[in-house]
Amino acid sequence: MASVTIRDVRKAFGAVEIIHGVSIDIADGEFVILVGPSGCGKSTLLRMIAGLENITSGEIAIGDRVVNNVPPKERDIAMVFQNYALYPHMTVAENMAFSMKLRGADKAEMAARVEKAAKILGLTHLLDRYPRQLSGGQRQRVAMGRAIVRDPQVFLFDEPLSNLDAKLRVQMRTEIKELHQRLKTTTVYVTHDQIEAMTMADKIVVMHDGIVEQMGAPLDLYDRPDNLFVAGFIGSPAMNFVKGHIDGQGFAAEGGFTLPVGSAPAASAGRPVVYGLRPEHIRIDAQGIPAEVIVVEPTGSETQVVLRTGGQEMIAVFRERLSARPGETIPIVPTLANAHLFDAETGRRLNA
Amino acid sequence: MSDAAISAPMPRVFERSWAQRMTDRNMLGFWFMLPAAAFLILFLVYPLGLGIWLSFTDARIGRGGVFVGLENYEWILGDSKFQLAVFNTLFYTFVASVLKFAIGLYLAILLNNHLPFKAFIRAIILVPFIVPTVLSAIAFWWIFDPQFSVLSWGLRKWGLISGNIDFLGDPWNARLSVIFANVWRGVPFIAITLLAGLQTVSPSLYEAATLDGASKWQMFRHVTYPILTPIIAVVMTFSVLFTFTDFQLIKVLTNGGPAGTTELMATMSYNTAILGGRIGEGAAISTAMIPFLLGAIMISWFGLQRRKWQQGSDNND
Ligand SMILES: Nc1ncnc2c1ncn2[C@@H]1O[C@H](COP(=O)(O)OP(=O)(O)OP(=O)(O)O)[C@@H](O)[C@H]1O
Ligand SMILES: [Mg+2]
Repeated sequence: MASVTIRDVRKAFGAVEIIHGVSIDIADGEFVILVGPSGCGKSTLLRMIAGLENITSGEIAIGDRVVNNVPPKERDIAMVFQNYALYPHMTVAENMAFSMKLRGADKAEMAARVEKAAKILGLTHLLDRYPRQLSGGQRQRVAMGRAIVRDPQVFLFDEPLSNLDAKLRVQMRTEIKELHQRLKTTTVYVTHDQIEAMTMADKIVVMHDGIVEQMGAPLDLYDRPDNLFVAGFIGSPAMNFVKGHIDGQGFAAEGGFTLPVGSAPAASAGRPVVYGLRPEHIRIDAQGIPAEVIVVEPTGSETQVVLRTGGQEMIAVFRERLSARPGETIPIVPTLANAHLFDAETGRRLNA
Repeated sequence: MSDAAISAPMPRVFERSWAQRMTDRNMLGFWFMLPAAAFLILFLVYPLGLGIWLSFTDARIGRGGVFVGLENYEWILGDSKFQLAVFNTLFYTFVASVLKFAIGLYLAILLNNHLPFKAFIRAIILVPFIVPTVLSAIAFWWIFDPQFSVLSWGLRKWGLISGNIDFLGDPWNARLSVIFANVWRGVPFIAITLLAGLQTVSPSLYEAATLDGASKWQMFRHVTYPILTPIIAVVMTFSVLFTFTDFQLIKVLTNGGPAGTTELMATMSYNTAILGGRIGEGAAISTAMIPFLLGAIMISWFGLQRRKWQQGSDNND
């Protein structure tokens, strides 16, 4: 096992720069998730760690060794591809043993390690099958098995669950997490699914257009997003954004209503500000602002409501069951401690 | 009561009308197959059958023969010219096929990489395949000409040889020269087909193999080649069949000479039956090719059977 250090890495394809100076420190044994919208450069960064793409500038180190010029096979990493990339003409056992076979490992050792990995992943009864004879989830496990038998310094996963159906995805999420707790191998995992990121990661790195927007523990990102992008990206349903400006001790929204602010930063008075509020941080309170109910979506465990107030739409999630019907008006207030203020121009967070 | 219920529908079965019979699935299938079957019988089975029948007669040009049993076969089997032709055909087919496969595979792998002017090079490679065989045979005839050969001329200019090479006059030179011409003509087909096969191999398999620590050779040996085997089996079957039955190149370049050292079974059959007028013997020579061809087809049939790894669904590939 080893740490991974990414220092000011840039990547250009021809004249087009895709990654603009990314620095990430990944501790030994950490489970780091790179998350971001499609095309932001997550896969490219992962492939640079693997050595499948060369590094235009900057440095990537695995352990103490800078690997910029180390060929992939000497980096001691294992990767699980989005399409699994299983060798179609080899059985499950042969797929898993392939790297050892190339190294010339002895048969008994190969069999033992394949056996062990298959047991961890519940693949023992499938060892003689070919990839085509497996379901999507089983193929996914074989791909992980191929990585596990290598016992590498670092695991790399590129959207390993995106080909699976929703239920299997939840199940595999748990399995991967359990696997990591068991093996404690440093892992870099790419996804564009923020729920996957929130549930699995020790540390989330939010990327956007080739830069790192913010990194930190999942709940830190959730509780204290550094900027509008992260605020909107992390959390489901997404955070509500209300446009307006700071006025005295309150927030004057564009629709003509006022929202309370905990600690208004002094410098921001009069400037355009975005007020961020997560759906679950809206309460019903008799003293609140009147909001019109547009849609009510009960999921059983909670009730999701689309509201409109002062011409701005908001989504609220209530734990309790709600009797309100579309067209009615309910009074709402934000939970003060969870209100976020962002500069509308730079997107930076304003409140502490 | 129950007897009546069972016997009641019976008469209707016998009353089936002509219209009903026409729409019966099996009958309908038969009618639909009839045109194709007639075509096959007329253009494939009849000539083949006639050829085989003639090989059991002493037919000559202008005179229908009588049945002579295996006499023709006894005669050709004892004929040293026929034995030489069989050897020539096997040698020609084997050496040319191996060379075509090796060169074709090499070119395909080369073209599968990122090359400058890739589209242009691919088009160029197809040229030998597009040119009519007789035309390219005539071109080779010039290239191999004892006096005006451009090859001899070039080698002389370089000072590598002092006199012209007798490409088509010396037995082994002639054999290798016609093989060279055949390879030149056959490589594009193999290269382009294998290239198509190579392009179906997912690039992520190579990336996975890279991370698994495979060298370039190991990648070819353990990933590319096994995935390509079904296509190799098809293309090599065709190549072997075409080479074994080759006629045009030999006919134009050497016409079997010198002294029968490049005579193939196909040219010998033609020369015996049409030019020599001994149709029965010629037909026997042709018919003697059939076991060889069937053998080649059988080998590839076993090679071609869907491998176990190809079975099953294709989703999520
Ligand atoms: N080989 C390449 N040549 C040129 N541009 C490329 C190449 N590979 C990727 N790109 C570009 O780099 C950018 C980042 O691609 P990348 O595959 O890393 O995105 P991603 O974050 O993994 O997205 P997704 O979630 O859709 O997989 C994209 O704009 C893409 O078009
Ligand atoms: Mg990607």
